[in-house]
This record gives sequence, structure tokens and C-alpha cells, in this order.
Amino acid sequence: MIAAHGPMTGRGPPGRVVHVIEVNELTKRYDGKTAVDQLSFTVRPGQVTGFLGPNGAGKSTTLRMILGLEAPTSGTATVSAVPFRSHARGLRHVGALLDAGQVHGGRTATAHLSALARSNGISPRRVDEVLYEVGLTDAANRRIGGFSLGMKQRLGVATALLGDPPVLMFDEPVNGMDPEGVLWMRRLFQRLAAEGRTVFLSSHLMSEMENTADQLVVIGRGRLIAAESVRDFAARSTGLGVVVGTRQAAELTTVLTAAGASVEPEGSAGAEKLAVTGLPTDRIAALAFENGILLNELTSRTASLEEAFMELTADSVEYQAGQPR
Amino acid sequence: MTTHASALATTSAASLAEPPARFHDLIASEWIKMRSLRSTPWALAFITLFVIGSGAVATLADKAAGSEPGSFLAYDAFPSTGYMTLMLVAGSMGALTVVSEYSSGLIRTTTVAVPARGAVVLAKAVVTAVLWTAVGTAASIGSFLVSQAILDGHDASVPITHSDVFRPLVASALLAPVCALVGLGLGVLLRHAAGTMLTSVFTLLMLPTMFSESNRWSADVKHTMVSAAWTRLVQTWEPDPGSLGYTATLPGSWIVYALWPLVAVALAVLVVRRRDV
Repeated sequence: MIAAHGPMTGRGPPGRVVHVIEVNELTKRYDGKTAVDQLSFTVRPGQVTGFLGPNGAGKSTTLRMILGLEAPTSGTATVSAVPFRSHARGLRHVGALLDAGQVHGGRTATAHLSALARSNGISPRRVDEVLYEVGLTDAANRRIGGFSLGMKQRLGVATALLGDPPVLMFDEPVNGMDPEGVLWMRRLFQRLAAEGRTVFLSSHLMSEMENTADQLVVIGRGRLIAAESVRDFAARSTGLGVVVGTRQAAELTTVLTAAGASVEPEGSAGAEKLAVTGLPTDRIAALAFENGILLNELTSRTASLEEAFMELTADSVEYQAGQPR
Repeated sequence: MTTHASALATTSAASLAEPPARFHDLIASEWIKMRSLRSTPWALAFITLFVIGSGAVATLADKAAGSEPGSFLAYDAFPSTGYMTLMLVAGSMGALTVVSEYSSGLIRTTTVAVPARGAVVLAKAVVTAVLWTAVGTAASIGSFLVSQAILDGHDASVPITHSDVFRPLVASALLAPVCALVGLGLGVLLRHAAGTMLTSVFTLLMLPTMFSESNRWSADVKHTMVSAAWTRLVQTWEPDPGSLGYTATLPGSWIVYALWPLVAVALAVLVVRRRDV
């Protein structure tokens, strides 16, 4: 064990390791293209931390650097205060699911896990345990090539759990899972965090994080956008407002604009709606009543995490569909 | 910062103690990977039988058996058709042990489990060497025994203890692991399945045929090749002193046998540690 250096080296009281993931000024460039740009954040134990960003934001590259698969151009990444690559065997330190396809289709689930377990000196009994844990006991002796994506994800989770590690990392784990599987996985992540483990979970789907994560690390184009609790993040959305439905859209727009609101038309002709910001619902209702305008909808919008995410990452979306002209 | 952390998150140094990283666990792990593929036993059985069969066919075709000097007789068991095919299969399957991990992405799962990448390559090399030595030994002893059984019919057999028999037998047994390890090394260096197959077939089988033994430099190049070394080592007669060709030396041929796999595996270990996975 190495001596502690400073408060942020991931060490608590002397002789005890705090299992944090610590990323410091991490940068990765490929042929002049910057995939990860001076990224710094800390992932702490006892909670589920979501790692969010649009496709191509650099999430997977960051995870690979944390796991020592790729060397950073500059900066450091440590797990439990040491670079992951410094371990001779890894499964007892970090469990990871990077891509469920990273298996050999010709092997059975048992053979795949047995080889990994043996390389780390883990008892074969543990293989049966993790297969049971992820619900693959019946498929244990079937070849992985015949597995559905959801089953492969479960096998990937089993791989991550094999060494009973204090730190777990999952890259887009719910891809290809059915609703029941998603629910199971969500509960599993929360249970692992409740056991005191560090759980780091990447996704490009905000809605998934809303239900699973306690903390968020949001990146776009390789840069940090936010690192805060899910609640704080949702509150950052500035897109709050009121949706008003009326057949007299033009008149209402004039009235509301005169009262200082900003109005954007929404919906389609015949069922027109207005997105109003700058006025509360009761003022809008009063103004409409005074001017004899009939409203058929008046809805206050609450910020969803999805909107906060879209808003924050709008500038950093790597691959965007062409705008209709 | 540790307020959320329960007993598990802050593990004392003592309870984090894990069993020491033992190399033989990695060997056992690679052996599980090797034997758990359905194609492995089939491919090995096929190539062993093919080599034995080609020895039998070559012996049956030897019309002169019984009239030529005894030292030629062992040679019948080692026809180049069978052993060229053995080189092809061993080289390709050696390459596949790593290339299949790169093409499926399994290499990343493996590397997260065992961050000591060089040790993984070495463990693969040990398993590959042992497995192919067993296959090569079965094939060479098998083809020798079958060949001798046929020659026995002409009263022309030589016993396995004959002084001219041992070297060809060992050289033929070791040809398979030499080629498998070269394939494995190339697989780590190139990673790409088709590229690795082509390169290993080209360097092991095609390249040597470019050079002849009729002039000095060309012969020197040829004699650094694995297939030329095997050809020399199974040749039980001394080169004709009046011959215009240049012949490789026996010690030189053994050195070629040792250097190819050593260099291939050493390069692989060196490169795999420096490169992104």
C-alpha cells in the first residue's frame, strides 16, 4: 500500500482505502482529434453515479482510460488511489461491463466466466453464483453466440460481479434489455450502491438516469458540462414555461407580448398552442379572460431531466441530424 | 467524503488482501479458453490424421523401397505435403488464439481481468506451445509408425531407435509449435484476422520458395526460414560434396527453429504492453 498524499488521493483514515474513481485533467487525442478534453471528476462510493453525454461525447473513451485499456495523452485516472493498470489482476478491484459483445460466441457462459475467474484465482463456485444472480443459470451451458443482446448484457453484469469488487463500471448497460430486465438492472445498481460500492454508469439516455442515479457527471465533446446531484441538475433547466392552447392564438400572442411575456407558437394549425415564458399561469388566465379569449389548455411545465440535458448538451452534440428545410 | 461509505466501501488494507497473482492460474485460464471451443479438438484431430495419412500415401508411392540405402527410409514418413499443411494449420490456429480475442473485443474483457498484458500473451504462448508440441509429436510418431508398417511389407523398415530416425522425428514434432508461436506473435502484432492469416501463410510457406539454394545470398536468406530448416533437419543423408547447391547446417537450422518463435513472442509481449487495447 502506498502512503496517502493530500485529501483528494482517494484515501481516508490511514490504512483504509476509499474506493473512489478519480479523473484528473484527463485528455485523449487521436490523430489531432480530441476525444476527451481536460476532464476532471470524482465518483464516490455508496451511490449510483450516472455518466451522461450525447453519442460521441467521449464516455467510452474515458471509461477505457480509467480501466487502463488506453493510455491518456495527458492527465491521470485512478481507482482507489492507484492507476488500474498497476494491478496484476483486476477483477477483485473493479468490475466492468464495457460492451456486451466482447465475448467469444463459441464458448458457453460457464466456460467464459470460468476462464476469467481462474485467471484471477477466483473459485469456480463463484461462477455459478453470479450466473444465478443475473438469472442465467438455465443458459449456463449454452453457447454465447445464441444469446440475445439482453442475455449478453446479463452475462456482462455477471462478469463484472465475478470478483465481488468495490468499484463497478457499466457502459450503456440497459441497451437491448426488455422492460423487466431494465427494472432488474436498476434495482441491482441501487443495491450495489447501498452495499457501499462505487457504481459508475454511462448512458446517453437521460430518462434512464432520472430513475437510477443519485449523482451525475455530464460531458459533451469530451469536456465536463456538469458534475452534481440529479436534483440540482434538473433544476438548472431554464426551459420552464406555460403551454397555452387556444383558437385565438394571434390575439393572445398580442396580449401576452404586451404584458411582457415571450411567446413561441407550437403545435399545428387548427390546434395551435403557445409556449409562454415570463408570466405565471394565473396572470395568463386573467389576461385571456379580460380580453375575451377562450383557452382550451393551460399547462405549467416542470423541468424534466431530459430537457435539462438537451439544453446543456445542445452545443456539444457531435452527430446531429440535418435540419429540415 | 466518506459519509456515504459503508463498511464495504472503506476496506481495510488487510481485508483487501487477495491471493497472489500466480502465472499458472493464467495458464489454466488460457487452457479453459482453448478447450472450450468446439472447433479445437476437431481441427487438431483432422490435422494429425492428415499428416499421418500423407506419410502413408508417400510411403506407398515409394516404388524404390527396399533397394535404396537405409538412411532414405525414414524420410518417407515426412513428406512435405503433410507438413506444409501442418504449418498452415498450426500457424493459423496459433494466430486465432489472439486474433479471435481482438476481433470479438474479448481482449478488453481479458485485459480488465488481467491488466498484466504481457503475462497474458506469455500464458497463451505456453498453452499454444504445449498443445502443438503434443499434436506435432502425435503426428510425427504416427506418420513414422504408419510409414514403417507399410515398409515392413517390403522388409525395408527401420526401427524407431535407429540413429537416423530421431532427428527427423523431433524436428517434425517441433515444427507445429514453432509455427503456432509465430502465428500467435503475428496475431498480436497485426490483430486483424485476414491480415494475420495472409502474413503467416506468406512468411511461413510462400516466402521461402522465392529463394533458391543455387547461389550464396539467396541460399543464406532461404536458410533463415522455418520450412527450409525443417527440410534440412528431416534430411537424413549428407549433402553430396559435388553438389552445386548450398546446404544449410544442422546447428544453424536448429537455431532458426528457436529464433522464430522467440522473436515473435518477445515482440508480441513488448508491443502489447505499449499499445492501446
